[in-house]
Amino acid sequence: MTDGIGARAKRKEDRRFTTGKGKYTDDIRVENQAYAAFVRCPVAHARINGIDASAALAMEGVIAVHTGPELKADGIGDLIAGWAITSKDGSPMKTGVWSPLVTEYGRYVGDAIAIVVAETQAQARAAAEAVEVDFEELPAVVVADKALEEGAAQVHENVPGNLIYTWELGDEARTDAAMANASHVTELDIVNNRLSPNAMEPRSAVAVYDEAEDHYTLYTTSQNPHVARLVLSAFYNVAPEHKLRVIAPDVGGGFGSKIYIYPEEIACLWASMKTGRSVKWTSERGEAFLTDAHGRDHVTKAKMGFDNEGRIVAFHVDTIANLGAYASLFATVTPTYLYGTLWSGQYDIPAIYGTVRAVHTNTVPVDAYRGAGRPEATYMIERMMEVAAREMRMDPAELRRRNFIREFPYQTQVILAYDSGDFDAILDKAQKAADVAGFPERRAEAEARGKLRGLGYSTFIEACGLAPSAAVGSLGAGVGLWESAEVRVNPVGTVEILTGAHSHGQGHETTFAQLVSDRFGVPIDNVQIVHGDTDKVQFGMGTYGSRSGPVGMSAVMKALDKVEAKAKKIAAHTLEASEDDLVIENGEVKVAGTDRKMGWHEVALAAYTAHNLPEGLEPGLKEGAFFDPVNFSFPSGALICEVEVDPETGVTEVVQFTAADDFGTIINPMIVEGQVHGGVTQGIGQALLERVVYDEDGQLVTGSYMDYCMPRADDVPSYVLDHHSTPSPNNPLGLKGCGEAGAIGAPPAVINAITDAIGTDDLQMPATPMAVWQALAWARSPVAAE
Amino acid sequence: MYPTTYHKPASLSDAAAALSASDEAMVLAGGQTLLPTMKQRLASPSALVDIRAIPELRGITVSGATVTIGAATTHAEVAGHQGVQQTIPALACLAAGIGDPAVRHMGTIGGSVANNDPAADYPAAVLGLGATVVTSTREIAADDFFEGMFATALEEGEIITAIRFEAPKRAAYMKFRNPASRYAIVGVFVAETAAGVRVAVTGAGADGVFRHSGMEEALSASFAPEAVDGCEVGEGDMAADIHASAPYRAHLVKVMARRAVAGAV
Amino acid sequence: MTKVTMTVNGKAQTRDVPDTTLLSDFLREELRLTGTHVGCDTSQCGACVVHVDGRAVKACTALAVALDGAEVTTIEGVAQGKELHPMQVAFNDHHGLQCGFCTPGMIMTGIDMVERYKASGLPLTEEAIRHELEGNICRCTGYHNIVRAIEDAAQKMQAAPAAAAE
Repeated sequence: MTDGIGARAKRKEDRRFTTGKGKYTDDIRVENQAYAAFVRCPVAHARINGIDASAALAMEGVIAVHTGPELKADGIGDLIAGWAITSKDGSPMKTGVWSPLVTEYGRYVGDAIAIVVAETQAQARAAAEAVEVDFEELPAVVVADKALEEGAAQVHENVPGNLIYTWELGDEARTDAAMANASHVTELDIVNNRLSPNAMEPRSAVAVYDEAEDHYTLYTTSQNPHVARLVLSAFYNVAPEHKLRVIAPDVGGGFGSKIYIYPEEIACLWASMKTGRSVKWTSERGEAFLTDAHGRDHVTKAKMGFDNEGRIVAFHVDTIANLGAYASLFATVTPTYLYGTLWSGQYDIPAIYGTVRAVHTNTVPVDAYRGAGRPEATYMIERMMEVAAREMRMDPAELRRRNFIREFPYQTQVILAYDSGDFDAILDKAQKAADVAGFPERRAEAEARGKLRGLGYSTFIEACGLAPSAAVGSLGAGVGLWESAEVRVNPVGTVEILTGAHSHGQGHETTFAQLVSDRFGVPIDNVQIVHGDTDKVQFGMGTYGSRSGPVGMSAVMKALDKVEAKAKKIAAHTLEASEDDLVIENGEVKVAGTDRKMGWHEVALAAYTAHNLPEGLEPGLKEGAFFDPVNFSFPSGALICEVEVDPETGVTEVVQFTAADDFGTIINPMIVEGQVHGGVTQGIGQALLERVVYDEDGQLVTGSYMDYCMPRADDVPSYVLDHHSTPSPNNPLGLKGCGEAGAIGAPPAVINAITDAIGTDDLQMPATPMAVWQALAWARSPVAAE
Repeated sequence: MYPTTYHKPASLSDAAAALSASDEAMVLAGGQTLLPTMKQRLASPSALVDIRAIPELRGITVSGATVTIGAATTHAEVAGHQGVQQTIPALACLAAGIGDPAVRHMGTIGGSVANNDPAADYPAAVLGLGATVVTSTREIAADDFFEGMFATALEEGEIITAIRFEAPKRAAYMKFRNPASRYAIVGVFVAETAAGVRVAVTGAGADGVFRHSGMEEALSASFAPEAVDGCEVGEGDMAADIHASAPYRAHLVKVMARRAVAGAV
Repeated sequence: MTKVTMTVNGKAQTRDVPDTTLLSDFLREELRLTGTHVGCDTSQCGACVVHVDGRAVKACTALAVALDGAEVTTIEGVAQGKELHPMQVAFNDHHGLQCGFCTPGMIMTGIDMVERYKASGLPLTEEAIRHELEGNICRCTGYHNIVRAIEDAAQKMQAAPAAAAE
């Protein structure tokens, strides 16, 4: 029994997780273990005049307190932004300097000032409280649009007006001209609310310095351990790569927040060397809210022009993106090339132009969070479509259909060329699954119960499979975004796959094994996936941007091709047949049309005994490959949300949610559905519940689950899913990626449904009960009626 | 968590002694609020006096229309108690809606009432039903017990031993939850008792649980949901935070009151 | 330091610990039972749920010293040898987990809720399951498959004698 491509194979990794035997970073305890805690900036902006650690150092169990100037003196580098963006005037972006431990200024509440190392975690935390920081509080700026106002507090001296860049994309003159001639123009002010990723496992690091070997090991909660090692070596000067091993063991969710290499990991490695102890730090949830990179936080003015038949003629975007106090690793590309390039959505738009101004504020850095740029683009476009349909008194599905792209490849006005899709088919499927035809009846029934029922659409496309290396290099990326794989066949025929992708919930140990099972007929239990350790896997770019399938699996496929070719050479020699006549089926290599065959394990054994190999063929059966995609992949989908609003309280209940997606080829439908469930729930979370709030002084108000509202089981319904696949022509399996789709597509569907229910579009995310109640009250007030 | 010393006395007198032996001692009843507060280093009791091993503080007795609940009785025990369910269903229902299942297995009525968190549920029931708070030294009427958020009539070293409720003719509790914390943004307990209608509001008030005399009068005249409509809920008395402004809270008080009246059994 | 003895997964365990030691720390750091996870500091996420004397509690919100003499079951103790508990099997069958971090708490909460509903005779509907999961946060699954898993396990546990796993 094998589980090939398309099988709903149950996950191999589940046994350890369901029995409590998973091995997460905080579960690791090493020899000579000490614990770290951080002294953090208590205000949003401060000049640090001095640090007095004498009281802390006198406390029981305290080993050391180290500060920014010491770290700098040891040559540890500043944190980098991984993508250089050029402003529209041709000037390079300006970003502030981010030191792992602050040397002079604290720029957000939580900015790390000193690391305290002690014998126990409790001692470290108590001592961190006892470190006295002499600081002078400075004016702070918190909100994106305020950061650009005249006289706003300056976050960094070298970034005048807090403006990091003004980036543009598209053709301004053509867009303005088309807009001027439009017969209808829809305008909308849009806030994309700031979110905290909240992987359930808090960040953690265990740093081990081996003085005898002058070698470091870092166990950490990373989505991309190789990138972590590269950056820690090449930019932060912790140690050269061959002297640094990074291990990301079981990781409890990432959603983007564990892509980045944070100050804490750097400081723990350095402190391990300074103290001669193994240094462990595990974030508390409150600390996570303060220091994990946030997501989204856009303020946008958008304009869309239509002709008199409802065809889009022009789209104009003006966005301000809050990047926080420092430019984090992917922060600069998220609101530009991951955002602007999706401004065409699923629609044939002849003229598009937009600008993005990225700003520093006195808040924690904002970086890529599930979807990264694409949810912001999708929310804007899909809100525009719904509002435009309402203004033009058209059916919102019909307006979308009138503008759908139907021929592929399609070159958008904003760089990307879509490779495939069938937007009519997925919308058809979604409408059918959601029983849109029965909605009027359901609405009437709800009304009889005193509830307002609404239906909202979202038809989205996104770019995944990051990314063609040369293309991203030309756009400013600091690295290539290919992936590597190695396939090792053991002498008994079992297989190990080494991949640079990293699983932190995605189920790679099962789905990657399915590829081998499909190819060689080996049961998935005979395939081991090796990942997450820089000593075992040579290199890789990790997992984010729904890239493990389109890029990571493609690398595995290339390596499997090579293994298959060599296996056939060996089998052909043994069976005295031509390689071209061989087929691999059910774990056997057969000469087609005959009964001559070898078991897969016999071929593997022959490769290693090497007693009878074709002349000149090396022994062994192991191949590696790198895969660099020629294009992004383009998953798309149609989502339909139905809500009921209680007009008395403003409470919204999502009563039905339907998603029909095109992910290309599906390796394991069970896992793909799970990704959609989770993504949609995060999208509903953004639309209804979640937001980061800082007060005017830059203190974090939503610093725990008491105030930051995570979606719970009773906040969401069971989902209705369907698929329609148009395989991507740009990778060997036809994969498109499914990890982010739900989070990208869901928010506008929810808000479109609520605004449909309450009869006003004057509503921003999150649509909390109070926000909905206020919108309803305003819409029904005599002032609004005028 | 700051260091502390744990005591588990077996009698009320030992508990009182342990409390008075230490300057900043606190009673630990269920710990579902106190321990998170200590973990966040927002509280630093020098000693914790765990009252859960004191036999007379545990258990529920129902005698006619009187329900007496030991201070160390958990929310789950109250919610699942047949006698409570039959005598004062609104109280069992309120207990079943506190926190989450795991919290209800540990949290206690005495702890909740003594803490008087402005967003807790139990204070609304105690005040709404005009219950009696029985302590180690005396009995305190609910109307005299709550003295503003986190403040009560309890003297230093005084321990709640039980809460005594008299069954109303009918009652109901309606809660509008904070979507994040799941505490009450507004909770309204409405009871038609032998001594008249009582309306207690938790979550909403800027100074903790309070009775609403306007609604009590209106409902005394006519115990019907519409009776609430003409009542005034002062926005100035309301708390405000990112989840709910004062006007929204004031509005919700009326909505929840109306629904409580409609659902009263 | 106070001496604490409790029976954990059927085995008596005695340790000297500071009075401030939480049950979660006692399990993770003293007994090295790291399946009980800590995902928040405000008693909301439920990753740390274990059974104390047969009832689900949050191990991060209980003091070890207060549980002297208690019977504790953790995620490591619900399987019978190599045979998994029906709830563990159901989470695998229905893809009720992704990153696995919240899973131990979900499974312990799931077992507790099914046993309680079984004892009370009330039907464990989808609505009831979602309500009962109020104290457990999952960021990966969107809860859909967790609900399916608990529904399925409930059916299978209905056939078994009550609290067989404890």
